[in-house]
Amino acid sequence: MAENKLNPTPNLDTLEEGPWPSFISGFKELYNRTGNTMVRGVLDQLNYSYETRMGYWKGGVVGVHGYGAGIISRYSMVPELFPEAKEFHTMRIQPPPGLHYSTKALREVLDIWEKHGSGIISMHGQTGNLQLQGVTQDKVQELFDDLNQLGWDLGGAGATVRTGASCVGQARCEMACYDTLKMHEKVLTYFTDLVHRPQLPYKAKFKFSGCGNDCANAIQRSDYAVIGTWKDDIQVDEAEVSKFIEERGIAYLTNNVITRCPTNAIEMNEDGKSITINNSDCVRCMHCLNVMNKALSPGNERGVSLLVGGKGHLKVGNMLGSVIVPFMKMDDDDDIEKFIDLIDEMIDYWAENALDHERVGETIERVGMQQFLDAVGLEATPEMVLQPRDNPYFKAPYEEAG
Amino acid sequence: MAKREYNTVESGPRAFWDMLHPTIQKNYGQWKYHDRPRPGVLHHVSKTGDEVWTVKAGTHRQVTVDIARRLCDVADKYCAGFLRWTVRNNVEFTTDVEANVAPMIEELEAMGHPVGGTGNSVAAMAHTQGWLHCDIPATDASGVVKSIMDLMYDEFKQEEMPNRVKLSTSCCEINCGGQADIAIVVQHTRPPRINHDILATTCEMPSTVARCPVAAIRPTTVNGKPSLMVVDEKCICCGACFGACPAMEINHPEYSKLAIWIGGKNSNPRSRPSNMKLVAHGLPNNVNRWPEVAEKVTSILKAYKEGGRDWERVGEWADRIGWKKFFEVTGLPFDKYMIDNYRHARTSFNQSAHIRF
Ligand code: HEM
Ligand code: SF4
Ligand code: SF4
Ligand code: SF4
Ligand code: SF4
Repeated sequence: MAENKLNPTPNLDTLEEGPWPSFISGFKELYNRTGNTMVRGVLDQLNYSYETRMGYWKGGVVGVHGYGAGIISRYSMVPELFPEAKEFHTMRIQPPPGLHYSTKALREVLDIWEKHGSGIISMHGQTGNLQLQGVTQDKVQELFDDLNQLGWDLGGAGATVRTGASCVGQARCEMACYDTLKMHEKVLTYFTDLVHRPQLPYKAKFKFSGCGNDCANAIQRSDYAVIGTWKDDIQVDEAEVSKFIEERGIAYLTNNVITRCPTNAIEMNEDGKSITINNSDCVRCMHCLNVMNKALSPGNERGVSLLVGGKGHLKVGNMLGSVIVPFMKMDDDDDIEKFIDLIDEMIDYWAENALDHERVGETIERVGMQQFLDAVGLEATPEMVLQPRDNPYFKAPYEEAG
Repeated sequence: MAKREYNTVESGPRAFWDMLHPTIQKNYGQWKYHDRPRPGVLHHVSKTGDEVWTVKAGTHRQVTVDIARRLCDVADKYCAGFLRWTVRNNVEFTTDVEANVAPMIEELEAMGHPVGGTGNSVAAMAHTQGWLHCDIPATDASGVVKSIMDLMYDEFKQEEMPNRVKLSTSCCEINCGGQADIAIVVQHTRPPRINHDILATTCEMPSTVARCPVAAIRPTTVNGKPSLMVVDEKCICCGACFGACPAMEINHPEYSKLAIWIGGKNSNPRSRPSNMKLVAHGLPNNVNRWPEVAEKVTSILKAYKEGGRDWERVGEWADRIGWKKFFEVTGLPFDKYMIDNYRHARTSFNQSAHIRF
């Protein structure tokens, strides 16, 4: 059998040095085994990018039957130099919530992907998509059909509801205050049409974190950040508290738990062996629970806080999500239905009122939170603000201003 | 064309329940606490008394079917055929047999996957597409990650930082990679150069004009054909227009630089989530190893490791010691470009007499 031969890639070869796993070595191994010329082409073009310090991909339109989104098209801008990389599209696949896989299901994806595409795969993109990188237009439909028959579906791209993300959740985390995986599955399934067909002003992202540790990076990176929380008191295991103090010492408890509580909600008791938490001062920041993992647990009355309007740079700069619903219980499917109804209102209002390419946080900034709350039928509450306004110029209807 | 036989099922996200290890299914929602027997390993204990051990390993990030299959082999051998990925491209193997942990670590490391990334380690870097796959990058993402993670290798495998450290990198100012304790983001330093030859045929002009956050783009006529122009004084070099219109060429082999930001924190413990802040800019896009960027990142981490208190994230440490001292201890120069001049800038100024000398 003829040996598969790569072209020289001197710039990329230096990325094979050093202890961290090298993606270049991975690509070369893949090419040597399969001889898939797309892999050689993309290595050649990447090497050229390193040489000239410029990128050479351009977009276009590639899709599958019935869908308007989910495939990011990539055409080489220099096909005459790198004909083997002429087309190198990415298919975004919605992974299982929490990114849990059985090897059976994953191997099926890998086999289908190797059959139709380059074999390069990203586990996962920042939005959580399983990204199959490097397929030509003529293979896209077959690739998708084969995957779809096994229960895999495309994720969002462009002006759609994007693929959701969720933390590991109740599958393996004692902090999870609701079932992030189930809620992710249900909410995103409900919005499937908006995932597949661009019909929104711009992208809309959901992320589900089981507690304030926000492992899914929801508050910074999603329009609709669903954060697990509780309403009643932190559960305290007295025996474990005194064990913690015995083992780590009073200085550690003072310096790393008591003084680190942002609201000074924790006090050391006279006996030197126990603590009191003033739960009405607690903001559920998670710090003490993280440090005293065995001794403290979230309360029993659990649910979610919804923060709306987080997003990345473009175009007004970073925005963090802000509290729109301080607490909503999330015990069963009915609660998820109620959540979906509320989000439907918000997406409707945003879709009607946003400017082109405007995320919901920017819309809220432009029209004002008061108008947004009125439009979606929510009351203003003190949990929504750090403080009431300090800007004196405001207008209210006469009958309300008094 | 052949008739399509198959009807698409718009199923949404892949169902997750069958993707869970049987012991995880059994203890779903029942976990009581966890600890870390050693860096890279988590140990979870359930209210039912069941226990699981999770081994976490770093990956190439851009992987291949071969790499993923090898990881599946490990999961088949030790974890009843189940594995999980994390948002930072690590892979996690959960087993209910403690004796599986040591051989699994050995096997993963022999395959070149470092075991670590838990607790107070420097976690694997979140990153974007770069020259490998995006249509607007000024640099590569995978290469920057490889270069920085080579230097962070030991810190990934140990838990010796004051608190966890998350890194990210992005290849244009859109910053898909996100905010992090230390974020490396491309910085465009010149307004776009306009390719009038292709503009009218490639770009939708009104949406390109609308994309600009400071209204710097105006319609104009060039050689008798409609085109666009940029008012250089207004332009803030964000590159947003390039995303809408490839004729607004913002990337440049020399003038596209890298900037470093710190203190992005998305979690809520102690301090509220916070945005990242600029601490270095104008660093050369120096392929293949970005030594200037690596040096700055390393000096920030060194100072944080020495001066941070237990549980303080990078941004919390900087807030406590003050930004003046942050620039002293890291050796980074502060200059006027680090003073915000965009919207609501004054809220970031020192509106008090609190000053450290
Ligand atoms: C053609 C242009 C763009 C390309 C090719 C691109 C590519 C990507 C890719 C591949 C990802 C990871 C996707 C995934 O995980 O599924 C991503 C994520 C992201 N992109 Fe883009 N992007 C583009 C434009 C933009 C724009 C205009 C913004 C504006 C804000 C943006 C903001 C983001 C953010 C914030 C994320 C992270 C998402 C998250 O963490 O939820 N991107 N982008
Ligand atoms: S966000 Fe909270 S519940 Fe979810 S994995 Fe992180 S710590 Fe656990
Ligand atoms: S969760 Fe946070 S705010 Fe509440 S008591 Fe603990 S440290 Fe204080
Ligand atoms: S940061 Fe910019 S260049 Fe990089 S993947 Fe995102 S949009 Fe593309
Ligand atoms: S780079 Fe940004 S500020 Fe400059 S013209 Fe383009 S969109 Fe406007």
